Amino acid sequence: MSADHHGSSAISERVRHVEALLEARGLVDEGEIDRRIDEFLAGGSPANGARITARAWVDPDFRDRLLADANAAIRELGLSMSGGLQEQRLKVVANTEDEHNVVVCTLCSCYPIALLGPSPAWYKSEAYRSRVVRDPRGVLREFGLELPAGTRISVWDASAESRYMVVPRRPEGTDGMPEEELAGLVTRKGLIGTAAV
Amino acid sequence: MADRFAPGDAVRTSTADPAGHTRLPRYARGAVGRVVELAGHHPLADDRARGLPGTTQAVYHVRFAAADLFGDGDHAVTVELWEDYLEPADPRGGTP
Repeated sequence: MSADHHGSSAISERVRHVEALLEARGLVDEGEIDRRIDEFLAGGSPANGARITARAWVDPDFRDRLLADANAAIRELGLSMSGGLQEQRLKVVANTEDEHNVVVCTLCSCYPIALLGPSPAWYKSEAYRSRVVRDPRGVLREFGLELPAGTRISVWDASAESRYMVVPRRPEGTDGMPEEELAGLVTRKGLIGTAAV
Repeated sequence: MADRFAPGDAVRTSTADPAGHTRLPRYARGAVGRVVELAGHHPLADDRARGLPGTTQAVYHVRFAAADLFGDGDHAVTVELWEDYLEPADPRGGTP
């Protein structure tokens, strides 16, 4: 096995073989799996997560609804978690002055593709997946994020059916900045919790 | 069937090491944590991986202190766990 578990050519060969068998036996149409994947990925981009974050920054009521029931709240922005075969539960957690959240999938690489697009290679690496639950402060430091000693760290392991997104803290000095401009400040790492914004 | 646990309940995770697929991470086995909230109802992943339909049951966000998982650390780890993986626990670490 390679360290990045999607990078193995042996696995790619097996996947192609299984796909060919499924097509040969008429269980899926030719190219159906690729089409389904394309449909799933269409529209998935960190820009969605950034829009949600900017709205949460400017609208405290929306932020409350987002933290209470994220699936319902993101529909207000025309977004949804139902790009796959069934709607996935979304859990959104917000960073505060006292608490920083960071997301991982230690068992595989579960990720909110509809809101963040395909996941970055480091998110799928064994190094990140095994170390961030054990030593999040050290791992975040390697990402260039030095948290104050008093900041509690909460790690969320996407070990079952939910997907997670972090709302980073609104940067200082952005009072009065328009929502669209605020969204432009938000990074993919910020939405996973490995950057401040 | 009614959910067995509610937010705030102390739970201990199973120590079983099943031969097949499970979604109970190894680092979170035999540990005491606290239910944060219900995360829906889903067929048990262990069954589905074996081609069985799987009994639909509650899935919970369960929060653990890092020190209870690894022996040190001041952070918390929240893991999403099927009801089958959990038993009631005394919050002070013993069994009731």
